[in-house]
Amino acid sequence: MAKRIDARNLNIYYGKFLAVADVDFTIAPRSVTAFIGPSGCGKSTVLRTINRMHEVIAGATVQGELLLDGEDIYGADVDPVNVRRTIGMVFQRPNPFPTMSIYDNVAAGLKLQSSRMKRSDLDVVVEKSLRAANLWDEVKDRLAKPGAGLSGGQQQRLCIARAIAVEPQVLLMDEPCSALDPISTLAIEDLIQSLKQKYTIVIVTHNMQQAARVSERTAFFNLAGVGKPGQLVEIDETQKIFSNPTEKATEDYISGRFG
Amino acid sequence: MDRTPSDTGTARLADPPERSRPAAAGSQPADRHAHAPVIGSSQPAAIPSDDEPVFGAGTLGGRVGPARFADRVLAGLSSGAGAFLVLLIGLVTVFLVIRALPAITADKSNFLTARTWDVGGDTPDFGVLPLLWVTVLISLVAMVLAVPVAIGIALFISQYAPARVARPVAYVIDLLAAIPSIIYGVWGIAVLAPKIQPVADWLSRHAGWIPLFKDYNVKGGTIFTGGVVLAVMILPIITAIGRDVFERTPRANIEAAWALGATHWEVIRLAVLPYGRPGLVSGAMLGLGRALGETIAITLILSKVSNAGAFSFSIFNGGETFASKIANNAAEFNSPAQTGAYIAAGLVLFVLTFAVNAAARWVVNRRKEFA
Ligand SMILES: Nc1ncnc2c1ncn2[C@@H]1O[C@H](COP(=O)(O)OP(=O)(O)OP(=O)(O)O)[C@@H](O)[C@H]1O
Ligand SMILES: [Mg+2]
Repeated sequence: MAKRIDARNLNIYYGKFLAVADVDFTIAPRSVTAFIGPSGCGKSTVLRTINRMHEVIAGATVQGELLLDGEDIYGADVDPVNVRRTIGMVFQRPNPFPTMSIYDNVAAGLKLQSSRMKRSDLDVVVEKSLRAANLWDEVKDRLAKPGAGLSGGQQQRLCIARAIAVEPQVLLMDEPCSALDPISTLAIEDLIQSLKQKYTIVIVTHNMQQAARVSERTAFFNLAGVGKPGQLVEIDETQKIFSNPTEKATEDYISGRFG
Repeated sequence: MDRTPSDTGTARLADPPERSRPAAAGSQPADRHAHAPVIGSSQPAAIPSDDEPVFGAGTLGGRVGPARFADRVLAGLSSGAGAFLVLLIGLVTVFLVIRALPAITADKSNFLTARTWDVGGDTPDFGVLPLLWVTVLISLVAMVLAVPVAIGIALFISQYAPARVARPVAYVIDLLAAIPSIIYGVWGIAVLAPKIQPVADWLSRHAGWIPLFKDYNVKGGTIFTGGVVLAVMILPIITAIGRDVFERTPRANIEAAWALGATHWEVIRLAVLPYGRPGLVSGAMLGLGRALGETIAITLILSKVSNAGAFSFSIFNGGETFASKIANNAAEFNSPAQTGAYIAAGLVLFVLTFAVNAAARWVVNRRKEFA
């Protein structure tokens, strides 16, 4: 199920502006990889190229290859819609569909993929996804209520349920806890631990303790300098990045000696 | 690594504020502390309280400065304006009722259900049913034609077209709203009516067994022609409001749909249309309000028909709306009784418009929980 990701020589542009240059990495299936680095260095940008969300922005383009189990998702005959169905995404701010109920939010992706799904089958998947997202017990009595009526942490778990309901092979998370309280953050970190049994997970975080807690490997991104594009400084075992990184810049960043 | 809530709590404090930092944050000394925490250690991070201004410190209760005064003036002015509007509507209603009541009580037939219109003599005998019917039917024709087209154009402008195409299209649509209704009337009867007559003929030949399309031998000045012209007239307002609400769809909703693997059309269905729905309903109601009350264009277009023939279910019949009836007979407002009958008709139009707006509000509010 879970897939391996290889980025080869990615150059990512917003119009003519080269935001991130020369990114290469490999992410193993069923692992958690954390992206860390200062603001504006391109973590979100790189993350969004992994499921072709980058090109949703007008003028945004990508050069290079991004291989999913060896297949280039930027290949000429690849439909970005299919890529996004295979690679789910959770955003920094919880974004349930405001006009939909909790149930419909979770079912939204499934209904896109097979509009003729039986209600009873749908019920099963909705419950399974909400359970996997650790939300079922809190919402099982009000599935018909609007998703936007939940707390921020619940909404974020609802968004995770929505993303995993379609059984993606990779799950991308862009600072999923940054709008949440410590308890909800913990709940989501636990969730990530259990999800990695099935999915390849990439998570952007500004919280280095979080990176250390949830990830096996960590990628450190940085800006080469003012006005220069962002770059991947190094990617390695999380343990090593935080205790004995190869690059000086990484050590400076994680220890707070910076610039 | 220990995982306790308090550990996470410290981590949260250490989190630098999102998005507010410049791209070149790396060179700023302020960053030193923001990134201080190392794995497992829970050294307390600095809480940035010193740069948070404390509002009103030391002046509690003591400040009735110019700002407050301006607030009060503004509050007074705006509630005054609101009250004035309510008063105005009340006065109009009172005027209509006072002038209409004597005529209605003098009416020999039931004012609401009679199909005759005889207001000149000593025993007035009139009813508004045919007027009500034609008004509603012609407006419905206009809505059925205009709303889907307006939604289509609004989606095209806001979702599909590149800016260099979208802007001129939007501009042309807005221009339609600037054309005076008399021009629409003349154009409708002189240019459009002969052009769409073949469509009408074809429909009544092939679907004439449906009462809606039955042929009444009225050429040109039909409810159908009037409805098409009204549709063009209300198109700009519905399009403009639709475009506006579609463009405002939050980026987060749209990206949520994209990320689920939606196609462009599915993004519109999942995120754009639901978000725009209340606005669209309001826009459609504004258009409907205009259609119901449109006078001069309809007066020019619609062929009058005899009392007996005026009440049919067909859009290929002629007839009169409330507004065109009143306009057609403005020359006869010479006795209070006669004028009263027309004012009574106007009152029904007024109530109808009100009811339509109330219904729209109800539709919008019904799912407020989900908005
Ligand atoms: N929609 C956009 N259009 C143009 N430039 C953009 C856009 N989004 C991001 N950028 C630029 O791309 C660069 C990388 O931005 P990105 O959002 O990927 O940074 P980030 O590492 O995720 O930062 P943060 O930690 O603040 O989220 C920045 O210089 C940013 O200004
Ligand atoms: Mg980001």
